[in-house]
Amino acid sequence: MARDWYDLFLLDQAPPEVPAEPEREEKRRGFFKRLRENMKKTREALTAEVQATLFEGDLDEETWERLEEALIYADVGAATTAQVVEELEREAEDGNLVGGEALSNRLAELLAQLARTGDDKIDLRPDPTVILVVGVNGTGKTTTIGKLAWHLRNTLQLQVVVGAADTFRAAAVEQLERWGERAGVDVVKGPEGSDPGAVAFDAIARGRERGADVIIIDTAGRLHTQTNLMDELTKVRRVISKQMPDAPHETLMTVDATTGQNGVRQAKLFGEAVGVTGIILTKLDGTAKGGIALAIANELNIPVKLIGIGEQLEDLRPFDPDDFAKALLTA
Amino acid sequence: MFDSLSEKLQGTLAGVRQRGALTEDDINKAMREIRLALLEADVNFKVVKQFTSSVKERALGIEITKQLNPGQQVIKIVNEELTALMGGQSAGITFSPRPPTVILMAGLQGSGKTTATAKLAKLLSEQNGSSVAVAACDVYRPAAVDQLIKVGAQAGATVYERGTDADPVDIAGWALDQAKRDGKDVLIVDTSGRLHVDQALMAELANIKKRVRPHVVLLVVDAMTGQDAVNVAEQFAEVAQFDGVILSKLDGDARGGAALSVKAVTGKPILFASTGEKLGDFEKFHPDRMAQRILGMGDVLSFIEKAEQQVDQDEAKELERKLRKNQFTLEDFLDQLKKIRKMGPLTSLLGMIPGLAGHQLSKMNVDEKELDRVEAMILSMTPYERRHPELIKGSRRLRIAKGSGTTVQQVNQLVKQFDQMRKVMRGIQQGKMPDLGQIMRGR
Repeated sequence: MARDWYDLFLLDQAPPEVPAEPEREEKRRGFFKRLRENMKKTREALTAEVQATLFEGDLDEETWERLEEALIYADVGAATTAQVVEELEREAEDGNLVGGEALSNRLAELLAQLARTGDDKIDLRPDPTVILVVGVNGTGKTTTIGKLAWHLRNTLQLQVVVGAADTFRAAAVEQLERWGERAGVDVVKGPEGSDPGAVAFDAIARGRERGADVIIIDTAGRLHTQTNLMDELTKVRRVISKQMPDAPHETLMTVDATTGQNGVRQAKLFGEAVGVTGIILTKLDGTAKGGIALAIANELNIPVKLIGIGEQLEDLRPFDPDDFAKALLTA
Repeated sequence: MFDSLSEKLQGTLAGVRQRGALTEDDINKAMREIRLALLEADVNFKVVKQFTSSVKERALGIEITKQLNPGQQVIKIVNEELTALMGGQSAGITFSPRPPTVILMAGLQGSGKTTATAKLAKLLSEQNGSSVAVAACDVYRPAAVDQLIKVGAQAGATVYERGTDADPVDIAGWALDQAKRDGKDVLIVDTSGRLHVDQALMAELANIKKRVRPHVVLLVVDAMTGQDAVNVAEQFAEVAQFDGVILSKLDGDARGGAALSVKAVTGKPILFASTGEKLGDFEKFHPDRMAQRILGMGDVLSFIEKAEQQVDQDEAKELERKLRKNQFTLEDFLDQLKKIRKMGPLTSLLGMIPGLAGHQLSKMNVDEKELDRVEAMILSMTPYERRHPELIKGSRRLRIAKGSGTTVQQVNQLVKQFDQMRKVMRGIQQGKMPDLGQIMRGR
């Protein structure tokens, strides 16, 4: 079952207007349809082929090689791929899996299992909840924050304050402000080139003053190899923790679905710098499948919490491991 | 990393020397290691397949020579084939005899088009003395126009923009008229990022292309891209036949296999590499070096070239003489420090040294601020003190600390470290191996 916003967030009390279960179910299905539509072009060309031929004929060396290639092609990476294929091969040899369908289903299960790691919910019970968003340049932090703020404001009726601590990239603050207007949330900013820690500090102060439920801090995109910039990020986190000892309650990292094996390094180094608690897998609406998220989950135990599947506000969605696993391999 | 690939290959092929020739089985084993290394570097798996089969063909039947061990021989073939596939010489932009030369930028969202537009503008105006204008046609991403106005101005380019309400095709056409009217040498048209599967936006790109008839179309590709690079490149090639590629975010630690994939499937050269946060961090692309990076060999040549620019031969000889005679002073040290720092951030230099990839040293934190402090301290000394650091005690120490905004302890530490460094150098003279890591960490 595809998860929705009400599943993703842990709340003190029920949000004001949780739709009735049938309506939620319909929305979920609607979402899945949308995901399928958005991802359609991908699947048509590629996965149709993979699926049709994956477990065709006798199980031999070639079968496993084909499967390996399909996973490598999805950017799952050599190590995680080998692990999954070995497990499936072992189970097949034990005679537990007979036929292409059983094999595909089990494969999807194994992949979903890998994706399902750690705590995959977002706890909004702390008052206010502080969410820090980090990531490499161009992975979609600011856009994602705009959409996330919109959902928190409009789906869950929460008060949101956003801190524009990307003080480096030209016009990043303006970009966030436009999103803020759209989402109807308050954006706290400092002058361009100012200290991001100071902006984070102000945002939290303002959020508390106004009784905000959630404070989201945007940060400048940076390559994980730039030590000075990573130190700066650690400092932002420290500023937040000093102000609110248990904050940030959630540190989300955006990963572009087109990213290759370097994604694991990104997550590792960002994790070391600020303690990443979840991944937002963006740009899944292209032909890239985002298999790197599986490698990250497998090697670093960091779960995906949200996915971005398009330009529209509703295209930011909670992550569902089963859907994701299927999408990796099926049309 | 190459070290490990190299080691693996040598391990795999260890028994070969006695037999005198590589058997098919040896080669298959070697190919498996190469395949894995390339996949880990994000080279597209189809490209990897083709590549390993051509390497295999060449490796079969080679005679084992005395100079190289079998592992090294295979590596040599791999390197040669990879360099050939990456494209031999580095290419450049051809300017139109009738200016303005129009350059159209295209790419996925977040690949770094706007930044690359400004960097290219800066490079062309500084290196070629061209007068450059940029056109802001990304009307979709909020504030993208504002971003180009800012970075364009920083790059010294004229920015043609009409806000976000106009149609991108019209803006492009209008900007071309402006560029002609203003007598610009180059017009770079920045477009919004788009997914290669987004038909409406891809059609728009084709229309912009039709309107401005660019002399050069450049695709911006993120160096961290995975297997999907092939799809992206093929789709963009179909809609807006591009002439070359800008590889962005190459300052990270991605091995950049995408570069090889794009070159292999489209045949288009990679022209420029974007290598840092600053507008000046943009350079001509070197295919041969990229081949080595994909294999993890470290950017040996880039390093050597950078080093050569900074240290001239005579100075090097003089320095060597001083080191021999143990006359190396804090003054020389300051001089060297400045030269090294001119080459770029120390951390990125360390990454270029082969054998250090994956080594502890390459992950070492070099705090640039610490180096600033060291410079300040030495500058606060009198020339005499720099030549005789053993004099720096008591009141001299206090004066230097005050003058450089540091503490007495920090001055003390610098003098101590320098003393240790001289001892290590004496050690080198006497043939002892220094622990480089220890020196660099200043312990």
